[in-house]
Amino acid sequence: MAETEEKLRKIAEDIYRSLKEGEIPQISVSSRNKENIVLDPRYLVWKYGDNFVTRSARSLDGAEYILKVMSVVEFIMEMRKTAKTSTLREMYYISEGWGLGKFHTQDESDILSEDLEVISSLKREDFNLRPEENGASIIGNLTIEEKNRKGEFKTINCRDDVGDGGYGIPYNVEPDKLRLKSVDADFVMAIETGGMFDRLVENGFDENMRSVLVHLKGQPARSTRRILKRLNEELKLPIYVFTDGDPWSFRIFASVAYGAIKTAHISNYLAVPTAEFIGITATDILTYDLPTDDLSEKDVQALNAELKDPRFQNDFWKHEIETMLQSGKKAEQQALAKYGLDYVTDTYLPEKLSSGGIID
Amino acid sequence: MVRKQPEVSVNREISISEFFEKNRHILGFDSAFKSLFMIVKEAIDNSLDACEEHGILPEIQVEIEKLQRDEFRITITDNGPGIDRKDVPNVFGKLLYGSRFHGMRQTRGQQGIGITAAVLYGQITTGQKSRVITKKKEDDVAYLFELGIDIKENRGQVFVEKPMIWDREHGTSVSITARGKYQTGRQSIVEYLKETAAVNPNMDLSFTDPEQKHFVLKRVIDIPSRRSTAVKPYPLGLELGEIQQIAKTTETMNLLDFLSQEFSRISRKTAGEIISISGMDEKGDPRSLAPEDIRKLMEAFRKVQIMAPPSDSLCPLGQEFIRKGLLNVYGDLHPSFYSKPVMRPPAVYNGNPFSVECGIVYGGDLPSDSQVTIIRYANKVPLLFQPGACAITRAVSETDWRSYGLEQRSGTGIPFGPMMVLVHVLGTRLPYTSESKEAIASVPEIVDEIKSALRIAGRSLKTYMNKKERRAKVMEKFRIVRELVPAIAAKSSSLLGQSEPDITSVISKIANVILVTETFAADDHGLTVTCQVYNYTTETAGITIIPDPPAGEISGTRKAWELSSIAPAGKAEFTFRLDGFQGKYDGTVYYFTGQDVTRVQGADPLPGDWDIRGPEIVEEEASGGN
Repeated sequence: MAETEEKLRKIAEDIYRSLKEGEIPQISVSSRNKENIVLDPRYLVWKYGDNFVTRSARSLDGAEYILKVMSVVEFIMEMRKTAKTSTLREMYYISEGWGLGKFHTQDESDILSEDLEVISSLKREDFNLRPEENGASIIGNLTIEEKNRKGEFKTINCRDDVGDGGYGIPYNVEPDKLRLKSVDADFVMAIETGGMFDRLVENGFDENMRSVLVHLKGQPARSTRRILKRLNEELKLPIYVFTDGDPWSFRIFASVAYGAIKTAHISNYLAVPTAEFIGITATDILTYDLPTDDLSEKDVQALNAELKDPRFQNDFWKHEIETMLQSGKKAEQQALAKYGLDYVTDTYLPEKLSSGGIID
Repeated sequence: MVRKQPEVSVNREISISEFFEKNRHILGFDSAFKSLFMIVKEAIDNSLDACEEHGILPEIQVEIEKLQRDEFRITITDNGPGIDRKDVPNVFGKLLYGSRFHGMRQTRGQQGIGITAAVLYGQITTGQKSRVITKKKEDDVAYLFELGIDIKENRGQVFVEKPMIWDREHGTSVSITARGKYQTGRQSIVEYLKETAAVNPNMDLSFTDPEQKHFVLKRVIDIPSRRSTAVKPYPLGLELGEIQQIAKTTETMNLLDFLSQEFSRISRKTAGEIISISGMDEKGDPRSLAPEDIRKLMEAFRKVQIMAPPSDSLCPLGQEFIRKGLLNVYGDLHPSFYSKPVMRPPAVYNGNPFSVECGIVYGGDLPSDSQVTIIRYANKVPLLFQPGACAITRAVSETDWRSYGLEQRSGTGIPFGPMMVLVHVLGTRLPYTSESKEAIASVPEIVDEIKSALRIAGRSLKTYMNKKERRAKVMEKFRIVRELVPAIAAKSSSLLGQSEPDITSVISKIANVILVTETFAADDHGLTVTCQVYNYTTETAGITIIPDPPAGEISGTRKAWELSSIAPAGKAEFTFRLDGFQGKYDGTVYYFTGQDVTRVQGADPLPGDWDIRGPEIVEEEASGGN
C-alpha cells in the first residue's frame, strides 16, 4: 500500500525537482508499439524494449500531457485515501473539472492510465481504476471463492452454482478478491464467440471432455487473461484457444499467449506462453472445406501487419498467415455447423485436440 | 409553275417579334425566371453606363410588383442624365438602334438590343405598353411616355407623350409589365444586385421585392466611376462584316482617308502600304468596296506593321473599388482576409485589348467545407449564368490552389475552402459564348491572364496563411509558459505538500524569446486592441512594435510604439483603436525593430523601406476617379 503511494509520489517529485532546478520537466514512457516489443526469455512473453518516448513541457502536447499525469496522480491518491474506485469512463468524465488537465477523449484517458502503469510499474488495480466492462464468463467444474461486498469469501462452483451464462469474471481477479480452490478438469478451452461458447455448453463439452470453458468475448479483457494465467499457473491447466479463422482472431490468441502490445508492461502477469491455438486455422478452412467469406482490404492489411509482428515470427504462424493470404478466405467458428450442431464437439475439437496430443 | 413569289413574301413578313420568339434564348429571355432577371439587368446596365459617361454618382431604385400570378411590373429609376425627348422612341423601341462601329469603348450594355428586347418581351407576353419617364437637367419638366414597338416597322410607337412634374433634377424611370417568375438563390435578381453593388461601391441602390421586402445598399465611395474613352476600331480585331459596316457609313471620300481615319493604329504611311499591297486605288470610294476588296484589305492588314492596339479605352475598377465594394457587400460574412486587389496590365487577344482584375476574400463565416464562390464580371457586369462555360471558371479550375493552402483534389477543379474570388475581365470587345453575354469564351490568352492574376492573389493569401500559422505557434508557446507550466508547478507542489517553486528560469528556457501577443475587445464603435510584449529572455530587453491590422485602420496618428527596458519575465503593453471596425477580427500583424530577429516571436522584422503593407503588385493608374 504505502509502496503504491511512494511510487505515485515519485512521479510528482521528479516534475517538482525539475522545476525547482530550472530544468524543463519531462516524462519518459516506453514506446508502446509493435516495433518496441521484445521476447522476455525468462517468462517467454513479449515485453517492451528499450525505446522510450519523452514528453517534454517544451511542446504544448508535452506540457498538457505532464499536467494530465499530475491530475490523474492526484485523483488516484485521493481515491486511495477514501477507498473508492472509479471506472476509466468515470475518470474521463471527472476530468471535466480539471481545467487545463482535462481529457478530450476517453481514448486519451485510457492510454494515459496505461502509461501511468508503465511509468510507475504499478497495475491499474493499484490505482483503484477499473474498466467498465467486466471480464467474460466461465463454465466448468472449477471451485472458487470470491469476496462479496460484505467482505466475506463465498464459495462458488462454476458448474453447479451458476446458470447458463456461467460464472461472471469480476474486474479484479487477484487473490485478495478471488481464490482458486479446486478443479476437476484436464484443460481450459477459451472460446472467442458467445455463440460457440453456448454451443459447447449445450453439448456438455465441459463434462464430456473434462474441461473448463472460458468465454473470451472477442479481444479478452485484462481480467479474463489474468484468470487464464492463474488457472494455468496455479492449477496447472493447459489453455487452448478456439477462435474464428481470421486475422483478428489470430491477434486474440497472440494477446492470450504472448501478451498484447498495449499491455506489454504486464505481459508476464497476463500472458500464458504455453497456450495453444486450435483453430480455426487457414489450413482448417481448406481441410474441413468450411463456408467462407472473402478477405476484406482491412483483413489483408491486418495479415500483412502480422507478418511483420515479432509475436508471429514462427513457422506455424507464417505458414497459416500466408495460406490465408493466398486463399483470400476467412471463416467463422460457427461455420462448422455446416456439418451439424454436434460436429464441433464430436469431431472437430476431438480431432484437433488429439492431433495436438492432449487427448488420446 | 412559278410559285416562288408568295413564299418569298411570307419570309419577308416574318416579323421581328417572331424573330424574337425564335431567338429568345440568344437574348437571354429563355425562361420565365430569366426574363424578369434580364429586364432588371438591361435597365441597370444602361443606367450605370449613362451615369458613368456623365460622371454621376448613381442612385438606382428597383421595384418589382406582383400584379397577377405570373405577371409583374418592373420599375427601375435612376438619377442618370436623362434622355432627349426625341430619342426616346428609338432607345426603347428600335432594335439595333445605334451603331458602335465607329467608336469602340468598354460598356456594360448589349448595344442596341438590351432594353428594347425587354420592352418587346413585356409587350409580347402581356400586351402592355411600357412607361418611360425621363428628365434632363436643362429641362424644366419631365416627359412621360407610354410606348411599344411597331413590330413590322421595327420602330418605337408612342401612344402617350406628355410633360409632367417630376421631383428630380434629372433621371430616367422605366416601367415594364411582363410575364415571369420571381425567384431567389445563387442565380437571382438579388444576387445580381449584390454583385453589381460589389463593383459599384459609389452606387446607392434600393430594391423592393414582390413581397414588399426592402433592401438598401449605401454607397461607400464618393467618386464617380472613371469614364471609358471611345477608340477607333483596331483593324486586326475586326470581322469582314464589321469593316463593311464601317465602310458603308463612313464620311471619308477615298480609301486612303478611310483607312487612316476610321481605324486606330493606321497612319497615312501604313494606309498607303496596305493599299499598294492589296493592289487597290487609294482614291477609290470606300462606300463601294465589294466583299472581295475588303478581304484583300484584311490580308494586307496582316502583312504590314501595325502597333498593338491602344489600351486607354480600358477602364478597370481599381483597387479601391474592389476592396471597398467587397467590404460593403460581403462584410457581414466577416471575412478575416481581403487580398490586395490584383490588376494585370493590358493584354491583347485577336487584336482586342483586354485586362483582368481579381480579388480574394477569405475566412470568417464563409463555409469552409464547400467549393469556393466565384464572382464573375465582364465589363463590370456580374455573370450569373453558364459558369461551366466561362473562361473565369476554367482559369480558377486550372489553377493549383493547394500550394496556397486550399483543398483541391489532384490540383484541378474548383477548390474547397472559405473563400470568394472575384474576377473582372474588361475589354472593348470581349468574346462571349452567346449574344446574351452570359459567359466569357475560353480564349487561351484570356484564360492565361486570369490565371496569372489568380496566382498573384493566391500568393498573397498564402502569405496571410503563413502569418496565421506562425501566430498559432506563438499562441502555443504562450499557453505553455503562461498557463501550463504554472499549472504543473501548482499541481506538483500541492501533491507533495510543498511550496510552489520559482519557474522563471524554466520558462525562459522553454520560450527564450520576446513574445508579442494581443487581446482585443469589440464595442459598438469599433475594436480596442491591446498588444502585450512579454520578455521571456534572461536579460532586460527593448523593442519597437509597429502594428498592421489586416482590416480597418489604426485610429490616430501613432503608428509605432517603442517599449524600452522590459525586465526578464516582465511585460509591457500598449493599446490602439480600430474605430468603425465590425465583425470577426483575425488578429493584427506586428512588425518590430530594435531586436535580434531570432529572439522575437509573434512579430515580423520590419521591412527596410517602412512600406509595411509590403510591395505593390501592380500599381494602378489613377485609382477609380476622374
